[in-house]
Amino acid sequence: MIVADKKPIEEIIDTVKDFRNILILGCNECVTVCEAGGKKEVGLLASALRMYFLQQGHEVNIGERTLERQCDHEYLEEIRDSIDHYDAVVSIACGVGVQFTAEKYHSKPVYPGVNTLFMGANEARGVWTERCQGCGQCILAVTGSICPVSRCAKRILNGPCGGSTEGKCEINKDVDCAWQLIIDRLKALGRLEEYEAICPLKDWSSDRAGGPRKVVREDLKL
Amino acid sequence: MRLSYPTTIKIIRVPCTGKVDTLHIMRAFEKGADGVYVVGCREGDCHYNSGNFRAKKRVEQAKELLDAIGIGGNRVRMCNLSSSDGPLFVKYAEEMHERICAAGPNPIKLAVKNRSTAEAGSKLAAPS
Repeated sequence: MIVADKKPIEEIIDTVKDFRNILILGCNECVTVCEAGGKKEVGLLASALRMYFLQQGHEVNIGERTLERQCDHEYLEEIRDSIDHYDAVVSIACGVGVQFTAEKYHSKPVYPGVNTLFMGANEARGVWTERCQGCGQCILAVTGSICPVSRCAKRILNGPCGGSTEGKCEINKDVDCAWQLIIDRLKALGRLEEYEAICPLKDWSSDRAGGPRKVVREDLKL
Repeated sequence: MRLSYPTTIKIIRVPCTGKVDTLHIMRAFEKGADGVYVVGCREGDCHYNSGNFRAKKRVEQAKELLDAIGIGGNRVRMCNLSSSDGPLFVKYAEEMHERICAAGPNPIKLAVKNRSTAEAGSKLAAPS
């Protein structure tokens, strides 16, 4: 899922301090799971903002709404009738949601309430780690289901570099060497010969490095 | 035990402090509470295993938010005691009472009062 982290409330206050009707818009998917932008967080942010503005002596109307997703037209349409009650929207969905909401309601300022970080998994309560960078050419089949593109600091594709020490990456002793993990996994699976096979030059044009990307499925278009 | 504790304390009973959400704490302050303290079982003794640990984290979250918006994180606190420990309950109640009296009333109450005074004043000045 997309992992995001809450923005400091001081930053959010700074962006919306001049508005008097603010909608806090949450998302029921990824940001709910990483406890940054779901219904609960909408409630917390709204409550905090109300108290802040009350102290400043301003009467501010803060609305709260959580959509199923903010990256689909159908769900964003649900606020078509109510959005005109507000002067600004703080969207605590991921960056996709903030942008899509802004595109749909282009005359309304939409501000982000979280910092979107990566695609990752929930390793333990309160801990999320990066697992995928969306390179567009998945090679997990030949690396024992461990990704060297997202988990290796150098994104190298043919084994560990000289900096790999006792299974840890040279950038930080808390970061595992992805290639050590791959070798251990392939050994455990009895497929170490896959490690010996040379991985050819990767086609990076499908990565973000090749420019903003698009997927078109002709079989789904009506 | 027939012990008495300050009348400023209002008790809201929950089956476990794990039921208390950060939002409940925030709403209490929004509605004018001067302080909130969450009293749970001793650490390691939670009847539901880790409810009091969750409450502790939520109280910390509320503290950070309240500090950031200017209400003051010192108004919220987590206490642990055994459910049969009446004297300790009284001690915590008295400590909380003194701490909140020292901190003063919830700044929101003053802001709301000032605003309604200002509105009443402007209505008197310009009768419709």
